[in-house]
Amino acid sequence: MAEFRLPKNSRIQKGRHFPAPENAGNVRSFRIYRWDPDSGENPRIDTYDLDLDQCGPMVLDAVIKIKNEIDPTLTFRRSCREGICGSCAFNIDGVNTLACTQAIEEIRGDVKIYPLPHMPVIKDLVPDLTHFYAQYASIKPWIRTQSPAPPDKERLQSHEDRARIDGLYECILCACCSTSCPSYWWNGERYLGPAVLLQAYRWLVDSRDEATGERLDDLEDPFRLYRCHTIMNCAKTCPKGLNPAKAIAEIKKMMLARRSL
Amino acid sequence: MSSNKRPMSPHLQVYRPQLTSVLSITHRITGVALSAGLVVVVAWLLALAAGAEAFDNLNSLLATPLGLALLMAWSLAMFYHLLNGIRHLCWDAGLLLDLRGAYASGWVVVAGALVLTALVWGVAL
Repeated sequence: MAEFRLPKNSRIQKGRHFPAPENAGNVRSFRIYRWDPDSGENPRIDTYDLDLDQCGPMVLDAVIKIKNEIDPTLTFRRSCREGICGSCAFNIDGVNTLACTQAIEEIRGDVKIYPLPHMPVIKDLVPDLTHFYAQYASIKPWIRTQSPAPPDKERLQSHEDRARIDGLYECILCACCSTSCPSYWWNGERYLGPAVLLQAYRWLVDSRDEATGERLDDLEDPFRLYRCHTIMNCAKTCPKGLNPAKAIAEIKKMMLARRSL
Repeated sequence: MSSNKRPMSPHLQVYRPQLTSVLSITHRITGVALSAGLVVVVAWLLALAAGAEAFDNLNSLLATPLGLALLMAWSLAMFYHLLNGIRHLCWDAGLLLDLRGAYASGWVVVAGALVLTALVWGVAL
């Protein structure tokens, strides 16, 4: 059931303010969600004023600068800093994206940073993705075959067949799309969500995979697949420019084509 | 550490409204509004069956400013729901599923609903 309000322990309080140094020229405020599991307090918003002339161009640069120079307790995930690992996915300026590829310059006013929406928070900007990963595992995201592998070569694909997984294999599982989806917010326990369904489609259209029927059987469910109502927040927010909504629509079409045979 | 003590990160409270999601929830809201409007349609038919006096009474009720405003809102809801329903049919057929298609068709639906409502009321009044 959709629960629109945040639970009592999740409502956000006012936090601390860390002003910029006196001589700072180009000051910008970063308003960041904080929650400390050891404090027993509710989440809060801390405000850090940074001199952008002393900071790298991306939101991740600012967050790292805050951790290094102002507040080492600020906790977040990051790794590659170039949009390929998917670790630093936050809700930035109201939309989900990767902090490492989001330029500060493109944001007007204060830069507001929250964890990915509607997720259990482990600490600060770190959400618990256990369920998300379990859902990913549930679609068996690996090649499944019946026929014996050719003894002398790999399972080959034509160029055309290989091209069918373009726009799908690039997904880095950052969870921006799934946590932007209202259907996933309200029914995430049973609805697989855009990221996982895009992956499901990636294996459905792989010419080498031989479990298409079983895969479709597993998705034939009022919740797992059909909670997608084509809202399309997923495609709008994907930092890699992919289109989970289209992948899901293609799965629905495969279901229909199969039934009418 | 027990996970049920973990706070839930904010969602509706912080997510910037997107054309995509706003049009989607509007489709649902107009659907609910139209279901409520059906009651008025039924009442109107019942009044018609009940005789001239009852029919006149209901019609004069609907001709009040509040009645007219509701009828206007219902006709807007109907045109929006109709056009957006066609948009959903296109999606189910695999069309307009890229972001450009979704945005362009979204604006067409909004403009179309306004124009059709204006046309109907321009002719009706």
